[in-house]
Amino acid sequence: MLASYKWLNDYVEIDISPKELADKMTMSGTKVEKIEELGKEISKVVVGKILEINQHPNADRLVVTKVDVGSEIIQIVTGAKNISEGDYIPVALVGSTLPGGVNIGKSKLRGIESHGMMCSAQELSLDIESLPHEQVVGIYILKEKYPLGMDVKEIFGLDEVVIEFELTYNRPDCLSIIGLAREVSATLNKPLILPEIIIDKEVDNIKDFTKIDVLEPEYCTRFIAKIIKDVKIGQSPKWMQERLAKVGVRSINNIVDVTNYVMMEMGQPLHAYDYNKLAENRIIVRKAYEGEKLVTLDDVERTLDSSMLVIADAKNPLGIAGVMGGGNSEVDENTNIILLEAANFDSNSVRQTAKKLGLRTEASSRYEKGVDLNLQELAMKRAAQLLEEINAGTIVENHIDIYNKPLESQYITIDPKWVNKFIGIDISAEQMADYLERLDMEVEIGDQFEIKVPTFRQDLKLPEDIAEEIARLYGYDKIPSTLMSGITVQGKRTYKQKLEDRVKDLMVAQGGNEICTNSFTSAQFLDRLNVSSDDDMKKTLMLINPLGEENSMMRTTLVDNMMQVINHNINHNIEEAFFFEIAKTYHPIELPIKNLPNEKNTLCVGIYGDVDFFNIKGIIENLLEECGISKYEFQKFNSSTFHPGRTAQVMVQDKVLGILGEIHPDVTENYDVSQRVYIGEFDFDLICKKGDLEKRYKELPKYPAVIRDIALQLKEGIPAREVEKIIEAQGSDIIESYSLFDVYQGEQIPKGYKSLAYSIVYRRQDGTLTDKEVGRVHNKIVKDLQYKLDANLRE
Amino acid sequence: MKRQLEEIREIAEKELVQVENMNQLEEFRVRLLGKKGLLTQVLRGMGKLSKEERPEIGKLANEVRSEVERRLDEQKDLLKTKENNIRLDKERIDVTLPGKKKRIGNRHPLTLVLDEIKEIFLGMGFSSVEGPEVELSYYNFDALNVPENHPARDLQDTFYFNEDLVLRTQTSPMQVRTMENNKPPIRVIVPGRVYRCDEIDATHSPVFHQIEGLIVDKNITMGDLKGSLDIFAKRLFGENTKTRFRPHQFYFTEPSAEMDVSCFACGGEGCRVCGDEGWIEILGCGMVHPNVLKNCSIDPKVYSGFAFGMGLDRITMIKYDIDDLRLLFENDLRFLKQFK
Repeated sequence: MLASYKWLNDYVEIDISPKELADKMTMSGTKVEKIEELGKEISKVVVGKILEINQHPNADRLVVTKVDVGSEIIQIVTGAKNISEGDYIPVALVGSTLPGGVNIGKSKLRGIESHGMMCSAQELSLDIESLPHEQVVGIYILKEKYPLGMDVKEIFGLDEVVIEFELTYNRPDCLSIIGLAREVSATLNKPLILPEIIIDKEVDNIKDFTKIDVLEPEYCTRFIAKIIKDVKIGQSPKWMQERLAKVGVRSINNIVDVTNYVMMEMGQPLHAYDYNKLAENRIIVRKAYEGEKLVTLDDVERTLDSSMLVIADAKNPLGIAGVMGGGNSEVDENTNIILLEAANFDSNSVRQTAKKLGLRTEASSRYEKGVDLNLQELAMKRAAQLLEEINAGTIVENHIDIYNKPLESQYITIDPKWVNKFIGIDISAEQMADYLERLDMEVEIGDQFEIKVPTFRQDLKLPEDIAEEIARLYGYDKIPSTLMSGITVQGKRTYKQKLEDRVKDLMVAQGGNEICTNSFTSAQFLDRLNVSSDDDMKKTLMLINPLGEENSMMRTTLVDNMMQVINHNINHNIEEAFFFEIAKTYHPIELPIKNLPNEKNTLCVGIYGDVDFFNIKGIIENLLEECGISKYEFQKFNSSTFHPGRTAQVMVQDKVLGILGEIHPDVTENYDVSQRVYIGEFDFDLICKKGDLEKRYKELPKYPAVIRDIALQLKEGIPAREVEKIIEAQGSDIIESYSLFDVYQGEQIPKGYKSLAYSIVYRRQDGTLTDKEVGRVHNKIVKDLQYKLDANLRE
Repeated sequence: MKRQLEEIREIAEKELVQVENMNQLEEFRVRLLGKKGLLTQVLRGMGKLSKEERPEIGKLANEVRSEVERRLDEQKDLLKTKENNIRLDKERIDVTLPGKKKRIGNRHPLTLVLDEIKEIFLGMGFSSVEGPEVELSYYNFDALNVPENHPARDLQDTFYFNEDLVLRTQTSPMQVRTMENNKPPIRVIVPGRVYRCDEIDATHSPVFHQIEGLIVDKNITMGDLKGSLDIFAKRLFGENTKTRFRPHQFYFTEPSAEMDVSCFACGGEGCRVCGDEGWIEILGCGMVHPNVLKNCSIDPKVYSGFAFGMGLDRITMIKYDIDDLRLLFENDLRFLKQFK
């Protein structure tokens, strides 16, 4: 909401600078977004009168003029075509400044000195849109004979400051200059002076002119009509046009300008109908008929539906209630009687209608937020007063007021002691009452306050609301900062949070960069992963109102995001990278969705560059061990997203923890990636469930270990894990550990075979092992390997 | 014989210094002290000596032997030092060449700032809880006292799955869930992802992150709100940070406020970071609205509390001077690496 400093000053005396005012208003709850000093960049531009114009001796296109600027007569050389002797014009004197940092100095044009410049509207940064064409081209010719030498800023209203207030949704009463002035008055503790409304002369009686029928009192909560006759359409006075311009409203004609002026001043939208254009000269407020059409004032034909409220005459709709009037009843140069409307409409209905039509206006934005039901009569009188004042017509006596359910003031009771305790301050009851009275509340002081709340403050309902009014006028900055008393609560991390922290630390230590990706996905994106249509990954939550197809569903996997990130980085010439992310994936419990879905925390790891499958496997093995998961199995796995021969599933006690592997070349191609990429995706909730961060000391071994190596030759298709299973099974309790130290395929090994070499550490916790004991177990292992895996022992 | 011994002594004295390496030294030792060495040969001839001569020569032989041995040891030390020096000299390296590093990654900037904020509140007795992102519109709006016809509920603002299920537009629904499931005293923060129908640009994203805070107890005052958040601001932005609380409006708090912090870049003078304001808006806060307490079956006559919410993405951008929100979601390694 824009407000000019001078306009505000009409209702409350402001004796501080705009900047100080802005700071105080911000701190009392009406935040100032911007202060615009209009003529800030203009100085030493004055009224001048052209005395004579002579042809420039050396230039066909220039003239040499003599201009009286009050204190002296100066010579100005100009190329302007639209000036004549006797014109009053704005003159930028030597040493003046113009918008855009332009400085005017003495100059010589083709040998003739020029001591200043005549200005165009553009050079003064006037609002060109609102000016007639002839005032835009060439020098701006002043319409009045202003005193010579007068600062032109006054003439153009450029000595003004416009303040932009950011209003909260609960304060529609501040969508008016008076509403803002009330806040200024309360903030500065200066009286609010409202305009005195007197109408000099009223003739005839409205009853003889029209009839109003409100068929929808639920939606049209009040309707006031007044008639103005003998209307003379013309321009509104300059002061009104300028004031409107400052707050962003264009001047149309005297009638429309008055309605807009009252709206800006008081917050009540008004509408003027050409009385003679109304069928049967009367008004019916009704719902629109389905498909009914109306050309609105912006020349757009609107198709209405039965949810929309219209103002109609006996036949046709005249306007969309609270949104915009229609062209068919528009005031024009031939209008001589007008019907003025000051109404109130159900805010939700106006909002829905405006939304449906995609049409938001100054009026609709006020009705949407709520206009005081007790404002219409006052605003109508104010409009009549102004119309009379500017000689726009003769006021017809009385008005019609359809007001079925008058809105009564509410009362709120508060305990001043409670306010002090709740806010944490210590101010007197009288002080509190004073703050509330500044805001037009009536306070009955006692142990408890009984407060009558004005109807324009529908946001005040509870004692807490009143406490806020007191606190903000007292000043939030004056509330002493304290810390909670009472029982202290201990802040601590949950097991899951600790584990997540550990996992992130470990990933970072291994070289991982954490990423953060979008939760949305699309059918197309999931298709890139080559999963079949019946895959769980394709059971997704769909948004009703997504931002485009690519954001239409909630992701069920992080692999697509990981691939996108890898693609981005490869495209930016990053040769290798290791990314990880712990984030949510979203899985509906049923489709169509009824209940909250399952939001799974998922860990995704992706690497590319000079790496292979065993790099990512190593990362994951470290992860599992860090989380205290020791019993895990990597099993060969098939998934259409991954390479058929380089993919594993990680199992922990029959539960699938996740999969990892090389991405299938068809999939990488879908992402325009030509390198090998390795990705793993894991159920992080399950990792947390299976994990164990408890640590316990185990006694260091007292007895010596016996180390035996074993080298085997076996068919290449047999996974190493099969060998290890036999070692584990046969090793009983005397195997401390084993490790694979060599894998070989080549010359000394027949084709189709491979050699694996393990080193096995035997040890007993309770005594020294004998060779015999070790030999027995070792032989059992060897025999089992030969028997079950057809392995040959190599020497 | 005596002369022979003297000769050996002389050889040891004179020739040993010329020995240049360990091999020669060993040869030398063998020549003098070896099985066929000069000294051994002399000693073998001892039998031929008279009883009187024997002790004298024996003594002398021992003296010569220990002298030779001593000299051998000395020379050995000398040679060893020399050889070591030669080796060490050869092994000289350029210590300014780069070290062998294991590549270390780093956390995402949003996580870094979240970690910092969590740490501050943990220290103030808060626990961190998380809530669902796909949320019942009851928790996202109704229970938070948002009017039935408020535009925030529109399809233009909130993502819907159906009439009742939305993507939460704020972390505030977790206030209600927390109060429903816990008795005061309550002190939690709720970090999490939230969603609004905003097209992505330099300052907006349909997906962003908030951190909610909630305290409910007996006798909590607005002064407590100010005091607690002031401490938070000082810990996050530095001890010299000042805070400013401006009245504002939220449906689930009353009174409500917005908190600004003095610009850490200019100290409040006004600069590019704060848009010449001197202040940077950081969070919204207020006393928990009595209707919200009632919706959670907490008696507002007995308990009071305050709540606050801040945008993690915004704070991260301010803290690291990041000018485009999209960078946070693009995950360019050259960007991510800067937060090591």
